[in-house]
Amino acid sequence: MASPATHPPTDSPALAGSQSLGPRPGGSGPELDVEAIRADFPILHQEVNGRPLVYLDNAATSQKPAVVVEAIEGFYRRDNANVHRGLHELSRRSTERYEGARGVVASWLGVEDPGEVIWTRGATEAINLVARSWGDSHLREGDEILLTDLEHHSNLVPWQMLAARTGARLRYLELDDEGELILDDLPRILEGGRVRIAAISQVSNALGTLNPVAEIARQVKAHGGLVLVDGAQGAAHAPVRIPDLGIDFYAFSGHKMCGPTGVGVLWARRELLEAMEPFQGGGDMIDEVHRDHSTWAQLPYKFEAGTPNISGAIGLAEAIRYLNAVGAERILAHEQRLVRRTMKALEAMPGIRLFGPGDPAHRAGVVSFTMEGTHPHDIATILDSEGVAIRAGHHCAQLVMKRYGVAATARASFYLYNTEAEVDRLVESLGTVREIFG
Amino acid sequence: MTDRATPPMKALYQQLILDHYRNPRNRGELEEDGSTVEIHVRNPTCGDEIRLQLRVEEDRIQDIKFLGDGCSISQAAVSMMTTILKGKELDEAFGVTRRFTGMMHGDEEAARDPALGNLRSLAGVSRFPVRVKCALLGFEALQEAMKKSRSREEG
Ligand SMILES: Cc1ncc(COP(=O)(O)O)c(C=O)c1O
Repeated sequence: MASPATHPPTDSPALAGSQSLGPRPGGSGPELDVEAIRADFPILHQEVNGRPLVYLDNAATSQKPAVVVEAIEGFYRRDNANVHRGLHELSRRSTERYEGARGVVASWLGVEDPGEVIWTRGATEAINLVARSWGDSHLREGDEILLTDLEHHSNLVPWQMLAARTGARLRYLELDDEGELILDDLPRILEGGRVRIAAISQVSNALGTLNPVAEIARQVKAHGGLVLVDGAQGAAHAPVRIPDLGIDFYAFSGHKMCGPTGVGVLWARRELLEAMEPFQGGGDMIDEVHRDHSTWAQLPYKFEAGTPNISGAIGLAEAIRYLNAVGAERILAHEQRLVRRTMKALEAMPGIRLFGPGDPAHRAGVVSFTMEGTHPHDIATILDSEGVAIRAGHHCAQLVMKRYGVAATARASFYLYNTEAEVDRLVESLGTVREIFG
Repeated sequence: MTDRATPPMKALYQQLILDHYRNPRNRGELEEDGSTVEIHVRNPTCGDEIRLQLRVEEDRIQDIKFLGDGCSISQAAVSMMTTILKGKELDEAFGVTRRFTGMMHGDEEAARDPALGNLRSLAGVSRFPVRVKCALLGFEALQEAMKKSRSREEG
């Protein structure tokens, strides 16, 4: 590679020409060339238990295209050095690629200031950062934190811990029978004027619901509260432009969106970050160190103590380039086609209960279901014996399970590389479950 | 059984197991008195749970009942366990626990022990490491309950 800091556009048969197409509203664009996309994902081409793998556990983590694997490998083969430290050539390259990745994230999010993009270990760490660094100094007894029953434990537990530290009170938006947030309660909750922050997911990992975050944000902000959006699923499965959302904090993980594990992002408005205390102390986050105190580095470094996940950041930027070239709207439309096919097939099977929005247009690529007389774990084991990988359990969303009176569901979750034939494999294997359990 | 299921699935989901799953034995509650102990166990990763009650008199399990919610393996295993342990001395019950645990970890000799009775139909579970903890959940409750009972008698 002539210059390690510059990257050729992702060169994939699936994406040929798609960059010039730009984003397409409403998923009305041409359908994805899924076979070409599949060729970009080496892991998909294997047999599991004697059958071609059908990977339908994308809400847990996604697979990685070869370009991402190669970007990480290439970094270690050619450019590896610590960042912001060495005066030597490798450190220069490493720093350039690491900061270049930050710029990729910023422009993908639609924000101008890369200093607002903080690298974290993932969505969980990003949310904990806000709960600690913003929450500890801004909340006191009587203040309220608004959550929803739809949240992943990652967007619940840090707030419960914050409430326990500060005496703040937790409020909840509830779910209707179809897995959609009941917004009618919002004005009443906000009327009290005590909601300091609302933390809501953009897309539910348990049900797939696409939440109206911009509308919720508008109302919360009108009452003086801040808004954090958990984008762990949203960044992967829905179009994201921060200026359109009108929010204050956005958290996501690389591994759900074709990037590596162990890297994620907190985006926050600069004035909020400036006013916040650091999350962790250590190298790289200081300006001056004295015996009794230190001063903090400028943004974003104030929040990035210690040697960061450099290759992770580079891999995530590559994943963003890849997904961007395909187009978020087209990916979502593709997932919704697969959801529609799955729901239609499952609705025709006796004893199946579907959870979440009845209209596939209200969800990303997730179908949660139960089968009468058969526990979700048994479903998952039998599907696995035929090479079909799904998740069974509470999906780190016990409030959702409680709301619908179940301990667990089976969940198939799709991504850009899944096919209609794979939906049919899922349905066929559910037939085996039926045969065994009757 | 079915034509479609693979051999490992047929070995895992035997009729006997499905029968105990659908028609659990000794399901219910004991009337509590000084000789009953109760233990509630949960598998936090999957949400399976079992509430096990023993009535122990003179070091013998006079009665045993459970309530539970979970997969076929966890619920069939605990149901079979209760049928085998009713009337057994605690030392025998500890022995069955050890043999069953051994079988779950692939000990073939343990799997041949007639003391395990119906529980031997669960031998196929040992090939599915993620499901082993399902099969052991009832025995986890049993061990806790027996310890509790012993310490109460000694204390
Ligand atoms: C909606 C949602 N929020 C948060 C998380 C946590 O993400 P991570 O474990 O990558 O930090 C997940 C992933 O499981 C998720 O689906």
